[in-house]
Amino acid sequence: MSDARSRFEVVVVGAGPAGLAAAVAAAECGRRTLVLDATPWLGGQIWRGREAKGGTGSAKRWLARLQAAGAAVARQTAVVAAPAPGILLAESPEGPREIGWERLILTIGARELFLPFPGWTLPGVVGIGGLQVLVKGGWPLAGKRIVIAGSGPLLFAAAAEYRAAGADVVLIAEQTDWARLVRFGLSLPPLAPGKILQAAKYQAALIGVPYRAGSWAVSAQGADRLEGVTLRNARGTWTERCDVLATGFGFLPNLELPRLLGCRTENGAAVVDDRQESSQAGIFIAGEPTGIGGEGRALVEGLIAGFAAAGRPERAGRLRRKRRRALAFSRAMDRAFALRDEVRDLASPETPVCRCEDVTRGDLEKYGGWRAAKLHTRCGMGPCQGRICGGAVEKLFGWDAASNRPPVFPVSIGTLREPDPGPSVDSE
Amino acid sequence: MTETVSLTINGRPIRVPSGTVVAVALALAGESRFRRSVAGHPRGPLCGMGVCFECSVTIDGRPHCRSCQTLCADGMEVRTDE
Repeated sequence: MSDARSRFEVVVVGAGPAGLAAAVAAAECGRRTLVLDATPWLGGQIWRGREAKGGTGSAKRWLARLQAAGAAVARQTAVVAAPAPGILLAESPEGPREIGWERLILTIGARELFLPFPGWTLPGVVGIGGLQVLVKGGWPLAGKRIVIAGSGPLLFAAAAEYRAAGADVVLIAEQTDWARLVRFGLSLPPLAPGKILQAAKYQAALIGVPYRAGSWAVSAQGADRLEGVTLRNARGTWTERCDVLATGFGFLPNLELPRLLGCRTENGAAVVDDRQESSQAGIFIAGEPTGIGGEGRALVEGLIAGFAAAGRPERAGRLRRKRRRALAFSRAMDRAFALRDEVRDLASPETPVCRCEDVTRGDLEKYGGWRAAKLHTRCGMGPCQGRICGGAVEKLFGWDAASNRPPVFPVSIGTLREPDPGPSVDSE
Repeated sequence: MTETVSLTINGRPIRVPSGTVVAVALALAGESRFRRSVAGHPRGPLCGMGVCFECSVTIDGRPHCRSCQTLCADGMEVRTDE
């Protein structure tokens, strides 16, 4: 099985902006570098579709730089376990693959935070970022009525993209209130001048779309699919007819792999030093897993991690100052878009919280914590392994739903069996 | 000219640009119910990023495939609502 196994000086898990930057930095320092991704694409969720179009903007520059730097690339390769120190087990179309590393960089991104409300499981209720990704891939929106309800700066970008795809964006409902948004806006200029331009561009594209701060979706209605959504703000409750409800309350770092590898996490993010090294020597973490900060922060942290993993931390130079600015921007965003209590608590007793196993809020409320609820209800034990309901129960009940057991993703039994050296020649 | 691939969705043929994921092909075919939950409720894509498994369908007889992460291929047979 030696052909299924390979060793690299630097292995980067995840080929989004942070991963591409990390692989570029390590490979440009002359390290034998591999970057792998679970999807067939490079660029992560944020640059989805750009590779196929030959790349645009910064995606194009980074993809070209990666190729020039000579890093190896493995697509559709999903890490599922770490069977021994310095070894990752991954699933790929060619079968299971063992990958050896001397330095490991985890750039595994984030997922959207969804909060359950009555009707949130109806087809037609989609993640805000999730729908952006689908639209980039050709998902048809022409003529569809869309309500966007959630939180964060993504709401503008998403509305602009949906409109460009032909959607009729009926309303943007932002749960945070105007006072916080204004304070956030005022705090922007010294931090990130580029973001102001970006925001202005989106605003311009959005002329005519009502934006209501301090408003949120309380329920979705429909028989077999979404037909309408009921919203609420300080002035009252009203209903909008729509085909699609895009919802999401910001992002949660993906921490399953760092936790599996023993990396320390704190307040829902991986702990790293100023070289992006985790509590485990030789394992670096960059981008969203260290705290949500978007593309700019991911690129800076990815480069720092790549240089540090290559043994050339001094090459990071001025990037450290950029990193500090990016961290300040992240903190300002967290404050501006902090969740109001009402949106944490919208699920009725009959609302499914765990979508994989159809476990309702009423089922869960009988238990005092995540572990007991899991054992008795199977909450979090379906294929998503708690990635969706984990964030929801944290916000709903304050339960700590961290998971760190292998496999970190559903795998075929063959993948787990294959590396076993025992002879298995006899057939039955 | 864009290249295309042909597949069937619940027995009906459809042609989509190559590089299209199965979830998008299903939407283009007008399907909204991708799977049924354990309690029998209709479900469709939520996360779009391969995390939630709500877009799972049967592809070439293999159940529980995430349609948002699977590229369409010539001759592929997709079944929903299972």
